[in-house]
Amino acid sequence: MLRSETIAVAMSGGVDSSAVAAMLRADGHNVIGLTMQLWNQRRLAGHEGMPESVQGRCCSIDDVYDARRVAETLGIPYYVVNHEERFERDVVRPFVEEYLAGRTPIPCSLCNNHLKFDQLLIVAQQIGADKIATGHYAQVVFDEQLNRWLLKRPADKSKDQTYFLFGLTQEQLSRTLFPLGGMTKPEVRELARKHSLAIAEKPDSQEICFVPGGDYKRFLEAYLSERGDTPTEIAGEMVTTDGKVIGEHAGVHNFTVGQRKGLGVATGSPLYVIQIKNDTRQVVVGKDEELYSRTLRARRLNLISTAELREPIRVAVKIRHRHQPAPATIESVGLDEVRVTFDEPQRALTPGQAAVFYDGDTVVGGGWIETSTQ
Amino acid sequence: MRRVYLDNNATTPVLPEVLEAMRPYFGEHFGNASSIHHHGQETRAAVERARESMAALLGCRASEVVFTSGGTEGDNLAISGLTDSGDHVITSTVEHHAVLNSCKHLAAQGCEVTYIPVDGRGLLDPADVKRAIRPNTKLITIMLANNETGVVQPVAEIGKIAAEADIYFHTDAVQAAGKIPIDVNKIGCDLLTISGHKLHGPQGVGALYVRKGTRLEPMLHGGSHERSRRAGTENVPGIVGLGKAAELAVAGFERGDDCADQKMAATRDHLERELLDIEATGLNGEGAPRVPNTTNIYFDGIEGEALVIALDLKGLAVSTGAACSSGAIEPSHVLTAMGLRPDRARASIRFSLGKQNTTEDIDFVLALVPETVERLRELSPVWPRTAVNR
Repeated sequence: MLRSETIAVAMSGGVDSSAVAAMLRADGHNVIGLTMQLWNQRRLAGHEGMPESVQGRCCSIDDVYDARRVAETLGIPYYVVNHEERFERDVVRPFVEEYLAGRTPIPCSLCNNHLKFDQLLIVAQQIGADKIATGHYAQVVFDEQLNRWLLKRPADKSKDQTYFLFGLTQEQLSRTLFPLGGMTKPEVRELARKHSLAIAEKPDSQEICFVPGGDYKRFLEAYLSERGDTPTEIAGEMVTTDGKVIGEHAGVHNFTVGQRKGLGVATGSPLYVIQIKNDTRQVVVGKDEELYSRTLRARRLNLISTAELREPIRVAVKIRHRHQPAPATIESVGLDEVRVTFDEPQRALTPGQAAVFYDGDTVVGGGWIETSTQ
Repeated sequence: MRRVYLDNNATTPVLPEVLEAMRPYFGEHFGNASSIHHHGQETRAAVERARESMAALLGCRASEVVFTSGGTEGDNLAISGLTDSGDHVITSTVEHHAVLNSCKHLAAQGCEVTYIPVDGRGLLDPADVKRAIRPNTKLITIMLANNETGVVQPVAEIGKIAAEADIYFHTDAVQAAGKIPIDVNKIGCDLLTISGHKLHGPQGVGALYVRKGTRLEPMLHGGSHERSRRAGTENVPGIVGLGKAAELAVAGFERGDDCADQKMAATRDHLERELLDIEATGLNGEGAPRVPNTTNIYFDGIEGEALVIALDLKGLAVSTGAACSSGAIEPSHVLTAMGLRPDRARASIRFSLGKQNTTEDIDFVLALVPETVERLRELSPVWPRTAVNR
């Protein structure tokens, strides 16, 4: 950046976003620190077996305190803005509904699409900031030739968060900075230390911010019971791929494709969840080989590096965050839908997850996995 | 950056005379006011002088003034100190959280609480208070002036009703003290809460008026300070500051200037008129008597939170109601009780003047607010565009 801009930094109280604030301030920009209050960590405390006291995770009192201290150290104004209502509507409720429908959701992508890069951009504009900056490990660059904003993988591939950012639009990308895109995690920590930030040694948070301890099943039960919404008929059958009923389950939300443990049925060889049929409330289990598939359909597409897919193209596709991008051909099959055909069969294609398409380090775009076929 | 502070209902700056009055009590006069030696005698005298000043502000006897740590403690002490399980308490829907949560706590302890509603102006009807009285009603607690809107309740009428029914009457006067004259006998209250930092005194000190003969159960147990009503070594510098602030307020009323309806009200009215000139705005508390320093205005089509931040970044300090640094999810309970729909309640901003504000400050506000509101409205998806088809 050549000239000084007013930039709103999304601060979580963690090392990454704190380092971003420090860097931009040092570069001479007019930095404003913002934390979005998205979820009341005390809301479900003690409900249905949920832990009583929740230690700092995403917009908890501790994290806000940390962010505020960093802002004070850097000498920048700092505000907490409340968007709990929108977060519940656009992230938490869909999270619960997806699980109840037998799919495995990615709340972080929804949060990015609706809160971090939508609501926060609105707030930034309202308070007079030209851009927002976050601590995501990703890169955004304007390509003169294509005349498009491109999202690219970061230098530190082990921290690559582009999988969760596939939904960003040109408008959003044009007003977003990812200053950590060219750095490694150790370098970021070192920068935080150099700026004497108290949080330099703070451990990273890996889990879903509103599910303390990672036990999403307990969260679902607590959330539904709090709303008096616990569905009554959710039990169903465990069946094999040729339709034989071999057991029962207490609700499809307890399972995810590829799951091996907790099936409650024992046969000679290991069994895995192959498919979850929400309409019949059946969980289909089978052998490992049955988990592999060469094609999938992805809907509600977002394309970044190109405006449309006029013809099939070769890309590498990630079907979950922890997955090595696999070579495939993607082609448009109707409005807003894409068929992905992998060179090699892929294991455990999971409805609810995203299929994100890469061309080298560039994110071509992505969509939501609806179905898979053999 | 030029900073203009228009959030005096949240807190006020300590006046120079107050700070000067306090200074020796951080220095050479440091004794414990209960000590019998010279050092204690000095500070004891200072505390008692402050007590006299507070009594003069309230129109009561010095022996009826109990020093506390502030408004919240005063409210808590008044409410918990008079009630037992099984008692009935009458309060209103627009009280400060110190009163509301004290009442909630009472309810959990086996008391019954009735919350009298207010009308669209923010005023309650004394007849409603009278109708709510039961055989076991022990206490009526209704605030004198509201912190968010500045609306002044008909406390004298309520005082009469309480006296006739032989029920204790407490009034939270935190936002009224120093702004309008207070006379506990004209009001007819048995208890009244004061907070130092709302009348240009320091934070961390306040006073509770307790009418002679009132049997108040203390909250803090320990020494026999404050005639055994409130244990704890006196915050001498704070109390001295509070006393000085009270003295200055009384002098102001006697001179007939500033706070006593005159200049302050005129300045506030000017600010209010100009702001209400902006389209799609309105006054919260219109038609109700108000303290002379407060104006609470809604600006349709914007988010109050965003406006407060945008104004702060340009140097103007105001608020969306009660002070809170982490953004409450519910819109103001006061505005909601007055019937404002949630989006309008969330679009409301409180401007509250203090003794130190000048006409230049008001000019600054008027130069900044309209254009900021306009900019926010332009960014808003719900605001109609200034287009041909409007």
